[in-house]
Amino acid sequence: MLNPCFILLVPLLPLLSFVLLSAFGRRLPKQWAGYLGGALMAVAAVLACATAWTYFALPLNEYGARVAVDVLSWEWMRFSPQLSIRLGFYIDALSAMMWVVVTVVSLMVHIYSLGYMHGEAGFARYFSFLGLFTFSMLGLVVAPNIFQTYIFWELVGVSSYLLIGFYYKKPQAVSASKKAFIVTRFADLGFLLGILILSYFTGTFDFETLCGGATAVGDASACGDASAAAACATGVGGALYAPALQASFLGLSALSWATLLIFMGCAGKSALFPLHIWLPDAMEGPTPVSALIHAATMVVAGVFLLARLFPIYALLTPGVLEVVAVVAAITALYAAVVACVQTDIKRVLAFSTISQIGFMTAALGVSGFGGHAGEGYTAALFHLFTHAFFKALLFLCAGAVIHAVHSNEMKDMGGLRRHLPVTHLCFLVGCLAIAGIPPFSGFFSKDGILSAAFAFSPYMGALLTGVAGATAFYMFRLYSRIFLGSYGGTATAHGTGTAHADATSHSAAAQTQPHADTHTAPHEAPAVMTLPLIFLSALSLLSGFIPFGDFLSSDGCALHAPLQPMVAVGSVLVALVGIGLALYAYKNGQPRKGLQRWAEHDNAFVRAAQNRFYIDRVYLFITHRLIFQGLSTALAWFDTRVIDGVLYALGRRTEKIAHKIRVIQSGQLQTYALATLLGALGLVLLVLCL
Amino acid sequence: MNAVPMTYFLVLSTILFFAGIYGFITRRNLLAMLISLELILNSTDINFAVFNRFLYPEHMEGMFFSLFSIAISAAETAVAVAIIIHVFRHLKHIEAQKLNQLTDLKK
Repeated sequence: MLNPCFILLVPLLPLLSFVLLSAFGRRLPKQWAGYLGGALMAVAAVLACATAWTYFALPLNEYGARVAVDVLSWEWMRFSPQLSIRLGFYIDALSAMMWVVVTVVSLMVHIYSLGYMHGEAGFARYFSFLGLFTFSMLGLVVAPNIFQTYIFWELVGVSSYLLIGFYYKKPQAVSASKKAFIVTRFADLGFLLGILILSYFTGTFDFETLCGGATAVGDASACGDASAAAACATGVGGALYAPALQASFLGLSALSWATLLIFMGCAGKSALFPLHIWLPDAMEGPTPVSALIHAATMVVAGVFLLARLFPIYALLTPGVLEVVAVVAAITALYAAVVACVQTDIKRVLAFSTISQIGFMTAALGVSGFGGHAGEGYTAALFHLFTHAFFKALLFLCAGAVIHAVHSNEMKDMGGLRRHLPVTHLCFLVGCLAIAGIPPFSGFFSKDGILSAAFAFSPYMGALLTGVAGATAFYMFRLYSRIFLGSYGGTATAHGTGTAHADATSHSAAAQTQPHADTHTAPHEAPAVMTLPLIFLSALSLLSGFIPFGDFLSSDGCALHAPLQPMVAVGSVLVALVGIGLALYAYKNGQPRKGLQRWAEHDNAFVRAAQNRFYIDRVYLFITHRLIFQGLSTALAWFDTRVIDGVLYALGRRTEKIAHKIRVIQSGQLQTYALATLLGALGLVLLVLCL
Repeated sequence: MNAVPMTYFLVLSTILFFAGIYGFITRRNLLAMLISLELILNSTDINFAVFNRFLYPEHMEGMFFSLFSIAISAAETAVAVAIIIHVFRHLKHIEAQKLNQLTDLKK
């Protein structure tokens, strides 16, 4: 049986770490803040894994499906007899899986950060924020209702903001953190509206009721369209969704609007096109943070939420789910293309993350509900699971590389294979995993996604296969430029190169190792950093063999989707072609002459990709030109001139009058006496006249 | 007994009253203002006595009240003069309009 005490401790230990480290972190001796945070996190990770283990060992119900367990539920606010907000722990396969991912990656990042952030100013602050983030993320995934999700959704946003802006003395980091916060906040506006519409029409926030109602409607509408079925369906489901399906606005039902708006929130958090613009900039934060928040956990919150509400999307608003699929496919393609031309290694990984999240979301979008139709659902979450490990691995390797060469730029690297053997091997494992080469984990999850996509539509399948090839290409381009060739051949620009992102702070931290020591060979990271790499490599290698469908599927029943040979062979071939192209084009870590000339020779497409297809410019145009200059200036004029003007005029006039009548209050006894007399006479006259 | 009508007394007291008011408002010297105040008080004393005498001859309250008032005005005058002497010792003048050391409205 699940132990409520353990479950309660899992999110509370990171919270304790946050509280303790914020209060006393500075007074702890040097590394102790990290040890304390890491130790608490380790206990939480063990407890989370134990919880997941116990949960998956629970007996199935009579239909052979896993049942969710609601632990420690507590009513927080009651709006009306029907509508209340509860806080609690909703343990089902999805949240148990997410708990394992979050705590394991967070623990690895904690350990890694002991080495990476060594001697950094704000060491304790860093670990306290990590604790806050982990707490929020754990609370987010076990939320039993969408309102608790929203609360923790915002909390992860705040901790992401704090950690992106960790180097708060760097202007780029500050503006990146603001950008991330504002963009996601804007998306959360849609999310909040979606929640309000959904709860207004259905009268509940609970996932269990919402999804249960959706499946009931889905059962009733096996033939015929959803709204007609909902109208005639008896029981909970029909009554729950009938008002939301009947009310319509601008040609869409209220439920469609709700799910669409909730998807907007998901797109913001999960950096889907066109709300992805914050994620590449978020790389200004420390690299382990990028690994934890901006690769493995927080950015998949959108995928998680879509999966949480999946019955509603799949059964009641299939049209919205198609929108999700299309947006996600565009995202995957766009980000993969942009990743091929980036030169900052963390940005390559950031775009790769965007692309992979697009993959997961697309898998959800093409999936159906229940049985084999739900293959995409399982594949999406499987990919989320494996991606968390290999992307965290890749980021942490990138961190080790940055640690060694004090730069984020590819041109300062090359030939690090000999200098960083452990990092090299781990990075290679990560690359093979993300490229989808068997037997690495990425192959299995990506294969599931591709076969679901082919089942949905051949175009979608072909598109995603192409993106998978591009993934292999840009990852091995990255690999080649970092590790192959020889070090120092291109390092002439190193001393003069502008220090970027982490490099600045690192050179500041490592005073003993001046920035411009181009002749000193880069050295392997300490064991405290390589051990997490090795552990994550093992996970990336092995996690593909987990029979994921047994644990997690759209309807809770075990799903056995065999590998489809055509799809598998096709995707591996495409990946191999991508790898081959990358290794050919970037032989020995240098771009081939012809390629370079082609890329530099005024190629509009390459230039557009390097500028991320000008999406950021479009945003700047909308915000600065249209909103700031057009709307805000007029409003500001109205505010300062008209509203403030009236108030100022009122104030000034009052003051003037006050100055004038001030003379009366002279303190002269005789003046007062005269005034009294005249007043009395006036009164007498008045009385007489009346 | 009734040789002098009541109106005459009232006219006298009114003249005294307004003479006092006039003096109180126009004189600059504190002592002169005090004297004007005495005129006002005396005019009210006359009124008390006159109303008692002419309207309620069988009672004596008005007479007593004017005696009372005289006694109080004597005490009050003593206090006022003491204050004025003190002011004079400090400031070497007793000009009412110049006694504004405690305000910020200097003329």
